[in-house]
Amino acid sequence: MSTETHVNRASDLFDTEKVPLLRRLSRIQAAQIVLVLVGLLIFFSIMSPDAFFTVFTFRSIIMNTAIFAVLGVGATLVIITAGIDLSVGAVLVFSSVIAAKVMENLGAEGWATAFVGTLVAIACGAAWGFINGFLVGRAKVPAFIVTLGTLGMALGLSQVLTGGIDVSGVPEVLVDTVGFGNAFSEVPTIVVVSAIVVIIGSIVLHRTKFGMYTYAVGSNPEACRRVGIKVDRQLMFVYMIAGACAGIGGILSLALYQQTTIGGQSMTALTVIAGVVIGGTSLFGGVGSIFGTVIGLLIPAVLQTGFVIIGVESYWQGVVIGIFLIGAVYVDGARRTKAQRGSGRKTKHLQVGGVHVGASPEREN
Amino acid sequence: MRVLEARGIVRTYGQVVALDGCDFDVEAGEVTALIGDNGAGKSTLTKVLSGTERAEEGTVRFLGEEVHFNSPAQARARGIETVYQDLALCPHLDAVKNLFLGREVKAGGVLGLMGFMNRKEMRQRSAEAFQDLGAAVRTLTEPVGNMSGGQRQSIAVARAAAWANKIIFLDEPTAALGVVQTENVLDLIKRVRDKGIGVVFISHSMPEVLSVADSIQVMRRGRRVATYRATDSSIEELVGAMTGKFDEGAA
Ligand SMILES: Nc1ncnc2c1ncn2[C@@H]1O[C@H](COP(=O)(O)OP(=O)(O)OP(=O)(O)O)[C@@H](O)[C@H]1O
Ligand SMILES: [Mg+2]
Repeated sequence: MSTETHVNRASDLFDTEKVPLLRRLSRIQAAQIVLVLVGLLIFFSIMSPDAFFTVFTFRSIIMNTAIFAVLGVGATLVIITAGIDLSVGAVLVFSSVIAAKVMENLGAEGWATAFVGTLVAIACGAAWGFINGFLVGRAKVPAFIVTLGTLGMALGLSQVLTGGIDVSGVPEVLVDTVGFGNAFSEVPTIVVVSAIVVIIGSIVLHRTKFGMYTYAVGSNPEACRRVGIKVDRQLMFVYMIAGACAGIGGILSLALYQQTTIGGQSMTALTVIAGVVIGGTSLFGGVGSIFGTVIGLLIPAVLQTGFVIIGVESYWQGVVIGIFLIGAVYVDGARRTKAQRGSGRKTKHLQVGGVHVGASPEREN
Repeated sequence: MRVLEARGIVRTYGQVVALDGCDFDVEAGEVTALIGDNGAGKSTLTKVLSGTERAEEGTVRFLGEEVHFNSPAQARARGIETVYQDLALCPHLDAVKNLFLGREVKAGGVLGLMGFMNRKEMRQRSAEAFQDLGAAVRTLTEPVGNMSGGQRQSIAVARAAAWANKIIFLDEPTAALGVVQTENVLDLIKRVRDKGIGVVFISHSMPEVLSVADSIQVMRRGRRVATYRATDSSIEELVGAMTGKFDEGAA
């Protein structure tokens, strides 16, 4: 804050309404991370203009990100509430298993079947999300533990139901249109679906009361309670959305891989959480954006593809992402400390330590 | 007219007896100062009367009717607003959102039903509320956590003043404020009082108390030990009542 002067004219009173968009953007971590992404794209394009800077490459990068981005919408909301959801990969598997079995029983043919399968997948995801949200919001079990538990349960039940063998009851129309098809020109349908989820999620988060409560609950749950916001209900809805997103991810992955991926999602939740955090959403709650998450998820995809193309072993991607992840959290923490030092009294909330990552935001009462 | 009457309020925290049969009265259109040493129980009393904490014993009458507030929302619904000592703001939200949190203005039509807010109106009304308080708040778009302690306090005060219509509790609303902002808050208190609202003003500054209060109620060790009219009391008298000097003198 600059020095305070006491002006009485209303026009002088509130000055940052006029802060240029660019300057406002530059303060957001998500904007800085866009620069990183652009830098990577330029780097790989220069290193290998023929192979990297092609429609094919970009198409495969956005396809690889599409499902993660859908999960990222839910994960962003959860992390903004100072929670965490480790179960999304397992819930994705569970949803796709149930949906595939249902569709198999319906004959695995046609749009009607695909539609039913989609609803089933979303409902399964939302149901797991409800369990997570209930336990975190109402029963006040730390989110880390709750979602670690449901991770094991959802994956275990999927294996019980299938004997560990992937199910493939996916209608061909679903695979052809959503899995491999383009919505228009070279833009894959799966990416369009993902973009729609991302856009709706962003609007809800940034423009609605629900979105504002999500930030508020992550920022200071006690203050929310005092103004009459039902904190536990808000958390329940947020985890349900995360579950529903995993359900959508489940049906999309069926369309893409033509079968369930029981053994293939063990890193999914961590990948998504890394994307959310790299994108500038704070694990301490109260701050974040879905836009940032999408960028944070594109970076690993670009690295992976780029490394393959320029002939670096793709294993390096994990190493580099690890560095990004720690760097992002370091920047967040440093900014936090600076903000605290800069503002007279500390609020109780800001003192929540890093150890509380994933703990439910409020343990009192 | 008496808006609030508390009798025999008891509240303990384990071994600590924070309120030990405390009485308290609030008159409409008056500033009631609540004073007492650190730990006397002022904040606890405020929390009990505003629904944040439950009393173990005692009765509270609001406009003559016995009430039991189980949540701050119930108190707020009756026009009782509180500026808590810890302010209870969301540090990551801006001033407008903090002011309207829990009382958003819906957008018109279908959008409103879908949960969209009328952000323009909210911004305008916040600007008016803060203007009322003077120029302490210079931005409506910055997270309040980035602001100075005094600016945050101004926001909390403006919020309560904007919504109160029966009682407003102000728990040390001037503690972090500069000279000008303190004047602004004291002016605001008088204006709110003149609207007929009962103002409860907690402060450790005796000159402030004497300049703004109509009645002064003194707490010590969880009880109300004295009540004065502001016009016929002095700093010496108030300090004496707070510290218990007079009791011993009398004993
Ligand atoms: N949540 C709590 N847990 C345990 N003890 C508490 C709690 N809140 C208050 N107390 C105790 O109750 C007593 C009264 O506290 P209270 O905060 O009401 O005092 P106060 O008059 O507001 O003091 P101050 O002027 O310092 O703000 C103190 O002894 C305090 O330690
Ligand atoms: Mg106090």
